[in-house]
Amino acid sequence: MRAPGSDKGQMAGDVLLAVDDVSLSFGGVKAITDVSFDIRKGEIRAIIGPNGAGKTSMLNVINGFYHPQHGRITFKGETRQRMRPHVAASQGIARTFQNVALFKGMSTLDNIMAGRTLKMDGSFFWQLFRHGPAMREEIEHRKVVEEIIDFLEIQAIRKTPVGKLPYGLQKRVELGRALAMEPDLLLLDEPMAGMNLEEKEDMSRFILDVNNQFGTTVALIEHDMGVVMDLSDRVVVLEYGRKIADGTPDEVKRNQAVIDAYLGVPH
Amino acid sequence: MVATQASREDTFPKLLDRNATVRGGRTAMRHKDLGIWQSWTWSEVREICRAFAEGLRTLGVTPGETVAVIGSNRPRLYWSMMAAQMLGAVPVPVYSDSVAEEMAYVLAHAEVKVAIVEDQEQVDKVLSIADRLPTLRHVLYDEERGLRDYDHGRLHPIGQMLAESRKRLASDPSAGQALDASVAGSKGSDLAIILYTSGTTGRPKGVMLTHDNVLISARNGCDFDRLDETDEVIAYLPLAWVGDHIFSYAQSLVAGFCVNCPESPDTVVEDRREIGTTYAFAPPRVYENLLTLTMVRMEDAGALKRRMFHYFLGVARRCGERILDGESVSLGDRLLYRLGEFLVYGPLKNRFGLTRIKVAYTAGEAIGPEIFRFFRALGVNLKQLYGQTEASVYVTMQPNGEIKADTVGRPAPDVEVRIADDGEVMFRSPGVFQAYFKDPEATQRTKTADGWVHSGDAGFFDKSGHLKIIDRAKDVGRMRDGSLFPPKYVENKLKFYPNIKEVVAFGNARDHVACFVNIDLVAVGNWAERNNVVYASYQELAGHPLVYDMIAAHVDEVNRSLAAEPMMGGAQVARFLILHKELDADDGELTRTQKVRRGFIADRYGPLVDALYDGSSEADIRTEVTFEDGRKGVIAARVKVRDCKTYPVTQQQTLEAAE
Repeated sequence: MRAPGSDKGQMAGDVLLAVDDVSLSFGGVKAITDVSFDIRKGEIRAIIGPNGAGKTSMLNVINGFYHPQHGRITFKGETRQRMRPHVAASQGIARTFQNVALFKGMSTLDNIMAGRTLKMDGSFFWQLFRHGPAMREEIEHRKVVEEIIDFLEIQAIRKTPVGKLPYGLQKRVELGRALAMEPDLLLLDEPMAGMNLEEKEDMSRFILDVNNQFGTTVALIEHDMGVVMDLSDRVVVLEYGRKIADGTPDEVKRNQAVIDAYLGVPH
Repeated sequence: MVATQASREDTFPKLLDRNATVRGGRTAMRHKDLGIWQSWTWSEVREICRAFAEGLRTLGVTPGETVAVIGSNRPRLYWSMMAAQMLGAVPVPVYSDSVAEEMAYVLAHAEVKVAIVEDQEQVDKVLSIADRLPTLRHVLYDEERGLRDYDHGRLHPIGQMLAESRKRLASDPSAGQALDASVAGSKGSDLAIILYTSGTTGRPKGVMLTHDNVLISARNGCDFDRLDETDEVIAYLPLAWVGDHIFSYAQSLVAGFCVNCPESPDTVVEDRREIGTTYAFAPPRVYENLLTLTMVRMEDAGALKRRMFHYFLGVARRCGERILDGESVSLGDRLLYRLGEFLVYGPLKNRFGLTRIKVAYTAGEAIGPEIFRFFRALGVNLKQLYGQTEASVYVTMQPNGEIKADTVGRPAPDVEVRIADDGEVMFRSPGVFQAYFKDPEATQRTKTADGWVHSGDAGFFDKSGHLKIIDRAKDVGRMRDGSLFPPKYVENKLKFYPNIKEVVAFGNARDHVACFVNIDLVAVGNWAERNNVVYASYQELAGHPLVYDMIAAHVDEVNRSLAAEPMMGGAQVARFLILHKELDADDGELTRTQKVRRGFIADRYGPLVDALYDGSSEADIRTEVTFEDGRKGVIAARVKVRDCKTYPVTQQQTLEAAE
């Protein structure tokens, strides 16, 4: 699927985000236990694992929605213990959700425009009247949004309220909103869940194109192993909140612990 | 003056030069990109095409060589055809949705030297078959996304190529002079384009058309409907199809009107509405979809709106067509129609993007009379034409004021049409193709020494001198009593009823005509809901006695109408049955383009065909089916056969009028 001549192993460079010894529990329930891994600039990193392995919790920790009791997270060289989601967002982390979280009554265009909110700095006064600097700014943002619409091939639904769209297209709009933030790190929580084969192929192509064309680093959770093995450069495997494997798709596929976790072990 | 001009601009590059001089500031092309209509004037287009031609020349394209053009309707792909023609090279547009296998055949057969393609998808396709294309030297692409990491040895982005050629043209005057000389040296008799026919039967054939062929046909078409530089068309049909080449390329250059390229294939309806096209072309299914959508939406509208809609639709049906044709209509009706225009027709046409329409054409297949009349009643000048690639489109057209739902009109200007002894339509015109590329045998079979072309279609002229097409000539059979059996003609008549999705008619060398009917699940299901008919499956609904009654009523109406046509009267349907399953391309019963495969179906449902002819009232059938996920299963059913009433045929001869 990848274009000939692209060798991601060499392209992927410095560590963009490092997770060190992170543990997270809710009361007595341990969601994540001592997990460490890193995400390198420009790579596609998959996080996989059986249900309840702590994958979504991990994403929530990365974008500051949950605060781990223990451990450190280093993003772009800056180590932190606690971070709020909007700070994570302004620093360049964007995400999509397992259950689509769009403004259902608003159009595709407006939803993606919403992704530009953090980039707007015109004064409230001008925005209120949609004039002067606010108007110029809006035109600039609209241009970025139109490029995303073109990129994701959703011109035909530009003005359709997203609540009316089929699920596969809603997922695409959500990806568009995340892209509107021009993120350094894009977190995708099950981008292909509930999609048919054709929609999955489309989505895979968009993820590869985002990575290839904008150089965006991608971390994704996905259950479809075929997709994971095709798309990702490296895979980290979680089970019951612990990391059991980390490596290239081939290494992970051959790892006995992973095979046991997915296929079960005879007792 | 007009005559001298016509003789001077005998090729498309010369026409472009003329347009850039005469109407250089007018818009020639628009393309919606990033949500905004971008536009180019005639002089800008000329400048780009020259740079494009210079780029192709640098890549080694020489006169007489072929250049493939693959993709959807985008300005740069239209300009690439012009650029090739400027060099005396021959563009070969290819259906962009064809699979790699089909494309490999066409590109290899046409011996293309350069392929100009739209995007990564097409680049991938061409690269995947490149080892079978020894003549292919370079690939140019328009959309750059996803192609950054490809090997750019013989792959070039059009944008960059244009920038480089512009520099060369600016710094080196001899390059521009060479182009001028090439354009000035082109002649009307030069080969302008090779269009491959879609090849429903056998391998695609390359139809070779000269500038004269295309240009004279396009000019006749423009004169016929008085098209001028103020007209607007939207280009959305495949580049490789002769219709698009005439309507969106040739006629635009001849009349100087603007061609609009939609943002994406999915936005055509919206884009058409924004532009408000004045000249339109669409196959019947497009009009059918518009009508269905309207009717479904009206079902959901409020009671007042619905009543208003149906009342004024009644008014339009009564007098709309007569008003359009300029016939006399009572003052009361005229006033009512005016009011309806304000309340219903105007807003509807606005929705369809047909507010400013001057003339709209439909062709390719028979259109349902209901659909046809609906649009005409609203005041849309919808007309039919009959054309072929081999004729540079035009064979017959309907002149204003002589429009009928069931004919395709009179011979177009400069076209001679005659009916061969076996009923086949033949034509001769300035638009007739030179030959099939590298296929003298097929050329000989199709084109006679004195220029007449076998259309492959059977037809006849009616009393008023209008041509009626009945079927492909090779499909038309004879019944045992010698009367004509045109299967598609009968099938289409039945398929115009919304309740009937598909029909397969039998009758060749038989005593009477009989047919299989497939019900339309949406329409019949809807009817069942409204009439409290309970059913659990498609099979059960198809076998329901009330459904049989309904279909029998349709067949009866068709028989009456067939009886009124002396030539077709023998083909009345004597017996029919409703199939227990939908005919499906996955089972090989339909082609991928949804055409029924009569022979295959007759074999597969042998017992049912026997039952249609041995007089039995029901028959058992077991068939294997393929499910969507590829699993196979068996459906068994007992299907009932229904007898129908036939009517005495009207006995009057009308053929003399045509001869």
